[in-house]
Amino acid sequence: MHKEATIREPLVLGHKTFHQVTEDVCKPIEGKAPKTWYILFSIAAIIGVYGVGCILYLLGTGIGTWGLNKTINWAWDITNFVWWVGIGHAGTLISAVLLLFRQKWRMAINRSAEAMTIFAVFMAGLFPLIHMGRIWVAYWVMPLPNQFGSLWPNFNSPLLWDVFAISTYLSVSLVFWYIGLIPDFATIRDRAKKPVAKKIYSMLSFGWSGRAKQWSRFEMVSLVLAGLATPLVFSVHSIVSFDFATSVIPGWHTTIFPPYFVAGAVFSGFAMVQTLMLVMRKAYKLEAYIHTKHIEYMNIVIMATGSIVGIAYITELFISWYSGVEYEAYAFINRATGPYWWAYWAMMTCNVVSPQLMWFKKLRTSLTFTFLIAIVVNIGMWFERFVIIGTTLHRDYLPSSWSMFYPTHIDIGVFIGTIGLFFVFFLLFTRYFPVLALNEVKTILKSSGQSFKDGDAKTPAFSIEEQHLADVRMKPSTKDNTKTSSADAKLKAFVDGLGVAKTDQKDDLKELSGLGVATESKLNEIGIFTFAQLANIDETTDLGVLSTYLGSSGSQANIIAWKKEAEEKLKNDNN
Amino acid sequence: MGSNVVFYAMYNDDDVLKDGAKKLVAKGVKVADVFSPFPIHGIDPIIGLKETRLGIMSFIYGLTGLVLAMIGMRYIMITDWPMNIGGKPNFSFLENMLAFVPIVFEMVVLFAAHAMAITYFLVNKTIPGMPAENPDPRTTDDRFVMELRLSDNSRFTEKELEDMLMETGIVELDQKHIK
Repeated sequence: MHKEATIREPLVLGHKTFHQVTEDVCKPIEGKAPKTWYILFSIAAIIGVYGVGCILYLLGTGIGTWGLNKTINWAWDITNFVWWVGIGHAGTLISAVLLLFRQKWRMAINRSAEAMTIFAVFMAGLFPLIHMGRIWVAYWVMPLPNQFGSLWPNFNSPLLWDVFAISTYLSVSLVFWYIGLIPDFATIRDRAKKPVAKKIYSMLSFGWSGRAKQWSRFEMVSLVLAGLATPLVFSVHSIVSFDFATSVIPGWHTTIFPPYFVAGAVFSGFAMVQTLMLVMRKAYKLEAYIHTKHIEYMNIVIMATGSIVGIAYITELFISWYSGVEYEAYAFINRATGPYWWAYWAMMTCNVVSPQLMWFKKLRTSLTFTFLIAIVVNIGMWFERFVIIGTTLHRDYLPSSWSMFYPTHIDIGVFIGTIGLFFVFFLLFTRYFPVLALNEVKTILKSSGQSFKDGDAKTPAFSIEEQHLADVRMKPSTKDNTKTSSADAKLKAFVDGLGVAKTDQKDDLKELSGLGVATESKLNEIGIFTFAQLANIDETTDLGVLSTYLGSSGSQANIIAWKKEAEEKLKNDNN
Repeated sequence: MGSNVVFYAMYNDDDVLKDGAKKLVAKGVKVADVFSPFPIHGIDPIIGLKETRLGIMSFIYGLTGLVLAMIGMRYIMITDWPMNIGGKPNFSFLENMLAFVPIVFEMVVLFAAHAMAITYFLVNKTIPGMPAENPDPRTTDDRFVMELRLSDNSRFTEKELEDMLMETGIVELDQKHIK
């Protein structure tokens, strides 16, 4: 088994058994949804439906319902697209890149982060589709043989690369996510009591049985998909940045864009993960699995990527002056001091200043502060894209065509609508899907679980209530158990009072909490083999003899606790 | 009765199962299968499972994607309609290939990932509607089951196998007679 340094903070807090992990994750799915879930779902659904309405109106009327004009031909639509794609980068980064780096803290968050990724990419994909104007011929971007002569899409165009990148990213993330979900669906299937739920989850689990060979293939597929998804994540946002970088618009055609966009995407993605995770862990009582350490790790990622983004902003600014190109220089002066100065400085404050506060341990381990910063970063990253797109376009080469962008209510409706739809999907996910990667968390339980690290957990990792003893027939131990030479006469008298047990009736005393192998053999040595004997202990007598004999682990309180547990066990066995 | 007896030995700890499997295999017992709620690392060599070849398959699928993307784009952009951009028509694949790299890469990933996922589902026999084969519903929760078949272990009698299993720290033992 993998051993982990004891000074590392445990990833699973408290004493969790394998069964407890299953319970904690499956309970919210199996029970009734709390009232707050319905309230949140209704709000999200109303906003989402409003957004769909706006989209339908737009499709029926035309792109003219957006506030675009001749000068500003890309505005909120592409801003929202890039914003959502950026958010959709954290999930795959967490599950793929962190898997390759063997970062075990990812296991608590990867499932929901990946779900978030997929839903965010859904939302992102909507915008270019709508922006095509005639969505019903969207399939023309595919290289399909057609009746228009040799009319193929232009493979030299980054906009077409985007089509391939985003669709590959979406489908590969979906497959990666689903393959991880299958064993967990099988867990829910095997627990399900209602026939409909059982039927649905057995369909969803694809008949997973958990054979050793299946697990071996599962691990290989996860590893290879992680290996494929890692360059994919980087390629997707690089290609999104090519949409701008390969153009000849001052302020856009910069070679710094791909790394800068990727860092920005990870930055905003983690901020969204924080926003969702902080609420989810509370609502689903997963504080033992997603605790301050996880939040702190994510804050460190936010700080690191935020610093990269900050450096990119400053480099961009410096190069615009240093290049000596006046159009380039003007684009940046206009961003910082022009009519959209407030957007630029909002972006600077939210994205450059706020993550730097994470250097303070007190701040990055504060959950309230983290939540606040996560929201701030989400807003800041939206402004970044607006600054890059809207502010750059609004003053072009010809001052007579300079203009401002005013969003229409359709612009706002579509944007807000995608946020609503995103939460509709995410809330449905948390309601019906295992929000934690059960099978993965169980693998780290023994190496990173708190009680296992502290050494006060019992191995095997099972819970007493669930233990079945019925069919166990233990082989009699070969040791001579009648030997009581180490115990003095007083102790012998005490043990005799508990009743005599034959060695072949021996119970596994280790099942009692806090009773280890050493204590068990000590008990066996003085002739205590069964739960019945332990249950016979009279609490009112002096337990000191037994306690001194057992040493450190056998305090009087412990002995009484064992007695109680043993009584429970006997009761259960008789049933 | 006879040779068609299957033992399902249940454990409540992955390490106990692994030690048990090690002991049994050392005595010459063949372990047919192990069912567990999560991957038990290091069990494959003990019970004699070969390493999966899915990785190699994925590489081959990736190569297929690479070749198809190149052929496709060569036909579309060079042979069928050499697009003229800025007075520079696409006549040579090699000189124009740089612009095709992003899509070639995406196609490699698309093919490798999806074809591997499909292969994975097929070889695992995990397809929607397949019945689950785990012997006990608890094996997807916190129990670990080792499957022994008498037909694989003709050197031992039923009783001998049972006794050997008893010594490995099991919590339950189930026997099934299959025709």
